[in-house]
Amino acid sequence: MKLGSDLRNLVNRDDNLGQLVLITILVFALMAGLNPEKFLRPYNFESISYVFPELGLLSIAVMIAMLTGGIDLSIIGIANLSGILAGTFFHRVIEAHVTPDGTVLAYVAAGVVIALLTGLAAGLLNGVLIARLHVTPILATMGTAQIFTGLSLVLTGGPAIVGFPAYWSFVGNGKILGLAVPFLLFLAAAVAVAFVLSRTMLGINLMLIGTNAKAALFAGLRRERMILYSYMLSGLLASLAGIILSGRTNAAKSDYGTSYLLQAVLIAVLGGTNPSGGRGTVLGVSIAVLALMFLSSGFQLMRFSNFLVDFIWGAFLLLVIALNAYRNRTR
Amino acid sequence: MRIFYRSETVIAAVLLLAMILIGLVNPAFWQLDNLFGLVRSNVVIGIMALGVLMVLISGGIDVSFPAFAVAAMYLTIRAMVALGYEGVLLPFVMATLIGLALGAVNAVFVHYVRVIPLIVTLGTGAMVRGFLLGMVGASQINIDRMPKPLITFARSELVGIQNGDGTHYGLTAMVVLYGALALAVHLVLRHTLVGRSIYALGGDREAARRVGFDLRWTTFFVYGAAGALAGFAGLLHSGMIWLANPRDFAGLELDVIAAVVLGGASIFGGRGSVLGTLFGVFMLVMVNNSLIIMKIDTTWQRVAVGAIVIIATATTAWRDRKRRI
Amino acid sequence: MSDILIELRNIEKRFAGVRALDGVSLAIRRGQIHCLAGENGSGKSTIIKIMSGVYGPDAGEIVVDGVPVARLDPITAIRHGIEVIYQDFSLFGNLTVAENLALGHELREKRRLVDWRAVHALARRAIDRLGVDIDIEADLETLPTSGKQLVAIARALMSDPRLLIMDEPTTALTRREVETLFHVVREIQRQGIAVLFVSHKMREMLEISEWLTVIRNGCKVAEGETGGFDEASITRHMTGQDIAGEPYCWRPATDDRPPRLEVRGLVLPGGAGGNDLRLEAGEIVGLAGLLGSGRTELALALFGMAPGHGGQVLIDGVPARLSSVQEAIARGIAYVPEDRLTEGLFLAQSIERNILAAAYDRVTRGLVLDRTRARALAAETVAAMQIATPSLDKPVGQLSGGNAQRVVIGRWLLTDAKVLVLNGPTVGVDVGSKAEIHRKLRDLAQTRGLAVLMISDDLPELAQNCNRILLMHRGRLVGEVAGGKASEEAVSDMLRQFS
Repeated sequence: MKLGSDLRNLVNRDDNLGQLVLITILVFALMAGLNPEKFLRPYNFESISYVFPELGLLSIAVMIAMLTGGIDLSIIGIANLSGILAGTFFHRVIEAHVTPDGTVLAYVAAGVVIALLTGLAAGLLNGVLIARLHVTPILATMGTAQIFTGLSLVLTGGPAIVGFPAYWSFVGNGKILGLAVPFLLFLAAAVAVAFVLSRTMLGINLMLIGTNAKAALFAGLRRERMILYSYMLSGLLASLAGIILSGRTNAAKSDYGTSYLLQAVLIAVLGGTNPSGGRGTVLGVSIAVLALMFLSSGFQLMRFSNFLVDFIWGAFLLLVIALNAYRNRTR
Repeated sequence: MRIFYRSETVIAAVLLLAMILIGLVNPAFWQLDNLFGLVRSNVVIGIMALGVLMVLISGGIDVSFPAFAVAAMYLTIRAMVALGYEGVLLPFVMATLIGLALGAVNAVFVHYVRVIPLIVTLGTGAMVRGFLLGMVGASQINIDRMPKPLITFARSELVGIQNGDGTHYGLTAMVVLYGALALAVHLVLRHTLVGRSIYALGGDREAARRVGFDLRWTTFFVYGAAGALAGFAGLLHSGMIWLANPRDFAGLELDVIAAVVLGGASIFGGRGSVLGTLFGVFMLVMVNNSLIIMKIDTTWQRVAVGAIVIIATATTAWRDRKRRI
Repeated sequence: MSDILIELRNIEKRFAGVRALDGVSLAIRRGQIHCLAGENGSGKSTIIKIMSGVYGPDAGEIVVDGVPVARLDPITAIRHGIEVIYQDFSLFGNLTVAENLALGHELREKRRLVDWRAVHALARRAIDRLGVDIDIEADLETLPTSGKQLVAIARALMSDPRLLIMDEPTTALTRREVETLFHVVREIQRQGIAVLFVSHKMREMLEISEWLTVIRNGCKVAEGETGGFDEASITRHMTGQDIAGEPYCWRPATDDRPPRLEVRGLVLPGGAGGNDLRLEAGEIVGLAGLLGSGRTELALALFGMAPGHGGQVLIDGVPARLSSVQEAIARGIAYVPEDRLTEGLFLAQSIERNILAAAYDRVTRGLVLDRTRARALAAETVAAMQIATPSLDKPVGQLSGGNAQRVVIGRWLLTDAKVLVLNGPTVGVDVGSKAEIHRKLRDLAQTRGLAVLMISDDLPELAQNCNRILLMHRGRLVGEVAGGKASEEAVSDMLRQFS
């Protein structure tokens, strides 16, 4: 059966994927063992499913940039800017308790579009700088991160924008069929991206370019255009993360989620993405996010401060990397 | 004629041009108190940038140094306060050593485990900052509890001027420290074999190995020095602002890297100089400070800085274009 | 005292079960300019590494100055006076010439500080020894390849070697630079130093060396005074190919169709004067020339990568503006590049992806990949090119040279190619695969009506497989010879005139 052989291919293809799954299971077991009453409660998994999507989307965004050997350090800036633009829009057009419900819904839909377009536009800027002007991705996205955060500051004047409409909150906090809305959104996005990467021109081009940019030139691939599209896709995912984030917290601020950036990069690498390009899967990244969410949730339940969780993430990453290096050497 | 093509000349010219432009918009720029203030702001960032410069030349990158700076600073101050220590020299030694030790951890991963430096330093930076903030929480050491000798030291001035209305400004003596460290790094880079090995490593790793350079020593030197300089700068910073706040320096890494690259260092390695870095840092600090002088709304400052970084890096991309595929 | 400086006797070397060297013996005399000829993968690199102590032989002995050497490692080799200059020179582009020359020495002296005066003095002496003029304060990367090579040689000479081994030294040099190199080599010989050239570039080796040894498949197959060889005979020894079978024969079509490719007055970058060229369907036209003659530039101009200016290119009689690679491919030009590892293949990706790389628009409906069709086309190509592989999903980096080259060629079967340009199509490919690739190319030309342009330094290959051979010199097409047995001599003679 096709599905069966697909799955088999999947697991056989990547040794590291198997190791990752194992690590995830181990982490789960460890956290469950340390804290069975709190960790294993359905409520815990539910809250994970609300927070996981933002980070997951951002990590996938970073992975996409890494496929061509680049990186995107502006994803948080894009996420925040998207939320803030939507919020600003809402404040302009919606008067609480006055605007009729149907109109509010329409406005919320428009807000979603605005946010996503922001992501695309931001990604376009990144793409032009990197693919057309050949600026190194680290420096280009560093600069654009400042610009996006700066624009966010200009729009908000500093404090957070609050008071998003209820429908918007639903995106971050609601449930459909018993599953968290953001989680469903993440699933949809992840499946879509996985599809793009493995079954469309864009995805295959990116893999080839990331493997050998010179050979890509000789094969007639449109390198610059594809890299441009990839950054636009990253931007889109970042803006989706921004929608979910501002929906969940009912607020948007220019400096939310700064620790997410580091975590997203680490997760992308942990998930088997090669920062020099040519290798990376949505599945790998998703599992890595899960592993790290289990880790941080477990430690948070044990009353570790968020900062210590950062410490553990960093240590975890370095540990896994050292492990991989050791294994690859003895192979 | 060659001097006109050197990166340092180009950025010096750009710097001069920028200063003239800013001065035209607001002549208050040229007043001594503003210039002295600019110099003062250069010191801490500049010292850290010297370390980053060496890492970049070696072909690596370091984003952990702000975290190391803060950790070294906070731990040293706490120790000083706890022990009631009154000296100045030993604390600086301690802070430098803490930074050195942390930098060595980076070196271990970069050299032995062979992970790309960006990922390593992201990890170690996160670890250090997370651990520090996790242990310390929201506390900070305020001026009333800061060790007096440190503050006195950091407050010392080369030149002091009294205004008519009683306010005081001066040229900080710390600039001498900065200058001395810059000179030391320059001498190492230019006149010692380990310094040349940094350029060799950044130029062609394999060739460096074949020629016989001890790459392990070079790697440890580079990341260790970056950490040590960060530690030193961190302590100096707390002395200069009379505050030890473990949340300081957030986001600084990218600014410093941009400054070093602006000053002529190549992100691919093998290229860079102390003089260029001094100019680059000055440019960065000046842009940050002068947006205020030019009466640009504070909220637009980030955008302006970002735009400038982009324009500058696009120019460096053009300059580095030969290294592209 | 014997004349022989270093001798390898019956050297055997295995790597993971594969025999790289099988009982090779060779001797280098003092002050001799010796050429070691062989294709990629023939074992010549292994010989260099054994001579310089990087590898140890599995069997046989190494004799230096008449005394067998028990263990040879890189440092001992240098002490015996053996220095190697590899193809990549191992130099630092970002440092000055002086530093490149002197740093190794300073390191060996265990110094900590750099004594710039000593460095410059050392560098000056080293350059003067070569008798060339190079600015030692210049950054190395500002020098052309030939300059860098001279610096590499100067550096090697600093340890007073008795044998200088040069690995593929004339790659990427212009004619004039090769002359300078040879002048330097003769100067080195005058100083009593032996030079071992390892190469497969025949014309230049014939010019400079006194003694020739040919290696094939890990065995020595020929040796003797250079005067006793010519290009064709050396190549034949290197490839082991017998000129069996028919030379390629082509009959023009009877109808009035326009030529597949017609070039009028195309001026290449760096070339002087326009170029005219006609390729009919079914032709396999060879393109011979010395290094730097502009053949690759012509190929890249046709492929839209480095467009020439002026003139016109017509494909099937229709003018084509080949200003980008995509346009060239769309108009039916296909190019198999010189270096398949860096320019042709995506090593970590699957065979299927490598085959489809230039033709994905063929297997996508809209934006989505049609997996069945992709698989089918890839499988068809594998069958058509007779690529030996159990699976389409294997990473192409695991294929042998011959099979990998077939993937690169096969890629163009899917792009409606009309003109196929190949640059060194069988370099680094074993003999059996060579013959098969040649057969395949003839087949493509005849059954699919492709016009094939084959750039090669292997004269027997051109003679056997082309119905005519063009010659290029300094960016211009300057002559033509009919294919077949006699063409080898004719081309060889003409090339000799150019040098």
